[in-house]
Amino acid sequence: MANFATETERRPWLPLPPWARGTLVTLSSIAVTMLGLLFVTFLIGRVMPIDPVLAIVGERATEEQYNAAYRELGLDRSLAVQFFYYVSDVLRGDFGTSLLTAGDVSSDFARLFPATFELATIGILFGCILGVPLGVIAAVRRGSWIDQIARVIALVGYSMPIFWLGLMGLLLFYGILGWVGGPGRQGIFYEDMIPSVTGMILVDSLIAGDWAAFRDAFSHIVLPASLLGYYSLAYISRMTRSFMLEQLSAEYITTARVKGMSEWAVIWSHAFRNIRVQLITVIALSYANLLEGSVLTEIIFAWPGIGSYITTALLSADMNAVLGGTVVVGLVFICLNIFSDLLYKVFDPRSK
Amino acid sequence: MSMTSQTPPSSGGQSLRQWLLSDTPTSRRQARLSALYQGWLALRQNHMAMVGLAILVVLISIALFAPLIAPHDPFVQDLANRLQPLGSEGHLLGTDSLGRDILSRLIYGARITLYIVALVALIAPVVGLLVGTISGYAGGWADVILMRITDIFLAFPRLVLALAFVAALGAGIENAVLAISLTAWPPYARMARAETLTIRSSDYISAIRLQGAGPLRIIIKHIWPLCISSLIVRVTLDMAGIILAAAGLGFLGLGAQPPSPEWGAMISEGRRFILDHWWVATMPGLAIFAVSLAFNLLGDGLRDVLDPKDSAS
Repeated sequence: MANFATETERRPWLPLPPWARGTLVTLSSIAVTMLGLLFVTFLIGRVMPIDPVLAIVGERATEEQYNAAYRELGLDRSLAVQFFYYVSDVLRGDFGTSLLTAGDVSSDFARLFPATFELATIGILFGCILGVPLGVIAAVRRGSWIDQIARVIALVGYSMPIFWLGLMGLLLFYGILGWVGGPGRQGIFYEDMIPSVTGMILVDSLIAGDWAAFRDAFSHIVLPASLLGYYSLAYISRMTRSFMLEQLSAEYITTARVKGMSEWAVIWSHAFRNIRVQLITVIALSYANLLEGSVLTEIIFAWPGIGSYITTALLSADMNAVLGGTVVVGLVFICLNIFSDLLYKVFDPRSK
Repeated sequence: MSMTSQTPPSSGGQSLRQWLLSDTPTSRRQARLSALYQGWLALRQNHMAMVGLAILVVLISIALFAPLIAPHDPFVQDLANRLQPLGSEGHLLGTDSLGRDILSRLIYGARITLYIVALVALIAPVVGLLVGTISGYAGGWADVILMRITDIFLAFPRLVLALAFVAALGAGIENAVLAISLTAWPPYARMARAETLTIRSSDYISAIRLQGAGPLRIIIKHIWPLCISSLIVRVTLDMAGIILAAAGLGFLGLGAQPPSPEWGAMISEGRRFILDHWWVATMPGLAIFAVSLAFNLLGDGLRDVLDPKDSAS
């Protein structure tokens, strides 16, 4: 968990009100983290064994052509200058050209991101809707069979390779039972039938009012999304349980019970109220992790999102696409971290 | 346990057990062994942790004695006998697309898994411990810089960073180990730093410092030993994640290269026949699942013994 702005100011080195100083410290640490992220990807791009010039001009280029391209890429300048150009390119949203799709990496991302976003969002909804109540019940009925089941669900989730679970799911629900649609986002019949508005097929088919297409898209997304969501379910239910246990052993809960409050009110309007902020932080974090899990899930389910884009690029040594993907996923990751930190600051009075 | 070889319970017919459980240890060694023994007794109460330990012991013995146990050579192809189902003659778990015996490949694959896990478990915690304790003990600018670097690595999604590293370094087991270690050390650094901060200002550290001990000696001999137990717990719990990450890299074709019987790569091979010949991809997945489950169970148990304050139950 990135902990931004942990270095609380010890002495007032700027004549600013505390909130402004706090914001400044947070902003600067975000900037430093992002710069570091770019620096790492820049370094990876420099140590890679693939010659970026050869990749552009091809094997049979003359030495003149080679040198021209070498200068064009700015490789004759010092590393510091190259890094500067790299950062300014990224800030303008320019990740270079993908060798594989021959298009801008950034426009490739814009096209593919909705698919990953749709998958991860349905996944996290699944994880929250089942995980939070499961965690609460496991804490309240500690040691009961529900608690044991919650424990097993979490353990299995922590121990199962996601790509294998995906294969098994495909085998069982698609191959044997035939309950869900196969790999891909849509059946062949529905492909390109829905005008793309948001890029998310579930939403687009609703906008178009095409129920058959919606059902088809849903049958394709339900399996990958619920498998992906299973991993956040494991994490969310475990964390909910331990947060709830902490609250339930507090004295104010005993007081509430002694006052004769109903158990339901004690649990939901006292204990659960107090874990909401922590819970949102956990959910934001597992949402960020879903992006990562989606890399492997997308490959299994032939889902045309960021994850399969990065891995296809990786296997064909398309470094612009790989590094661009790393930066984009890293940025989303950092933003979600910051978001959860901010939520904590805003909603938890103790952190003020 | 091989404790008998190290213990001299010579004082008057006292049993080994009594010597180990004595309230008044007479030597430093007795005190240490006694603490170990009591930890073991507590761990033994936890049945799930024992199941995990048993699976790991079996795994290690399988890896050690692979040539003796494996019924076939894991690399020998037999195209006449490809894709044989479970329980076919001479192939308990069937054969893969090149007619190689899946059981033998799983057995040899245990070696690769253990190799990766052991290397990462050696590299990542040591780097984290080094960075964390130096950062926590030195304070000031060194602390700010080291922790900022740690934050940067924490900010990356682990698998994606490992993918990028392997892409730059080239596919292979060693590079996969390096990539996983590079993404695994930051949490250890944060933990070691937090522990160091609480230890740093304690009286006994001041006492050693007054005796003239230098910072290196203090960190290595007096701070590290206190960080170890929580580190061990964390490493054991992380093992499952390491195995899953290594299998994921293998699955993507970035870890161990064919014809190496790495479990993740075996799943990737079997993926093509998943609907017709399900066992080819299923068996290696079960092996991965069993081993990471074992590490998780053992880690939970160790945490309850060594680090009760974070216990979840």
